[in-house]
Amino acid sequence: MSLALETPAIRVSDATPGDYLELLKPRVMSLVVFTALVGMLASPVHPHPVVAAASLLAIAVGAGASGALNMWWDADIDALMGRTRGRPIPSGRVTGPEALAFGLILSVLSVVTLTAVAGPLAGALLAFTIFFYAVVYTMLLKRRTPQNIVIGGAAGALPPVIGYAAAGGGVTWASLSLFLVIFLWTPPHFWALALLKAGEYAKAGVPMLPNVKGEKRTRLEILLYTLVLAPAAAAPWALGLGGRAYLAVCVAGGAGMLALAGRVFRADGTAADRVAAGRLFAFSILYLFCLFAALLAERALGAFA
Amino acid sequence: METALPQGLPPSGLRLTDSQARARRGRNLAIGLSVAGLALLFYAVTIIKLGPAAWH
Repeated sequence: MSLALETPAIRVSDATPGDYLELLKPRVMSLVVFTALVGMLASPVHPHPVVAAASLLAIAVGAGASGALNMWWDADIDALMGRTRGRPIPSGRVTGPEALAFGLILSVLSVVTLTAVAGPLAGALLAFTIFFYAVVYTMLLKRRTPQNIVIGGAAGALPPVIGYAAAGGGVTWASLSLFLVIFLWTPPHFWALALLKAGEYAKAGVPMLPNVKGEKRTRLEILLYTLVLAPAAAAPWALGLGGRAYLAVCVAGGAGMLALAGRVFRADGTAADRVAAGRLFAFSILYLFCLFAALLAERALGAFA
Repeated sequence: METALPQGLPPSGLRLTDSQARARRGRNLAIGLSVAGLALLFYAVTIIKLGPAAWH
């Protein structure tokens, strides 16, 4: 009698460090680092530069870890959309379990590091942000409700609050005003994109506002959120975080956002509607960047003055 | 107990292709640098948190 031993096929990974870096969503990470840095500088307490850099690194890695967990969970729908088809998991360069392990290890590592470096409040806020993005937004909201990015936007709005707390400033109305700006900015920003990519989201079964409530309702909600966002963006100035430069950017940028959101609302059924949505999407990124850059510049100049 | 490969036979087992070996080397290097960087970071932060009094 012969006994044949069958060994299962062993998969050897071809993944490079670059593939794992891509799981961290580097572009989102850079935005997180930028807003967390502004939160840190806005704090009345200033830590040692090395401690500040270590805190920023931990916040960046935590944000990246939540991105990896998001890509692990969403690999099936990522494969259906042109924008996300080339990501490491749908393209087969990294397996789902590898991405899950990577995301979990980095989540724990980043929270432990931030807790050790900047204290338990900052660590707890980072842990909450990762949980909110990976579990509440990705697993519970994204495929269930068109309000997904409204509620989920809280995760993207927390980094300046974490930065402020990591610097030793605690959680204050001032740091929450930075949260408010990003939180209110998120819906018009993402819905402008959703107007352009409604077909792709529908194909993937993601209930974005345009393919659930229709384009008309989406255009109205973009305008309504922008009407609230433009004055609310002055809150950091009113609470003493921002100075005149911030206020100037806030007024000019808010006027630009309102003008573009108004054009998106007055859709006339021509190809120009898509151009208007594209312009609002692009301008919204510039708007948020300039608001935070103004705060950064004021703090940096104030430090040298 | 020692075992030896029979003379003249190629070693059996998993053989990595060049690209797999290169990718693995890259991953190992990235993990090594990350761990070293983390150790340095914790060292630097610890020294800073101890304050100037501990340096003397």
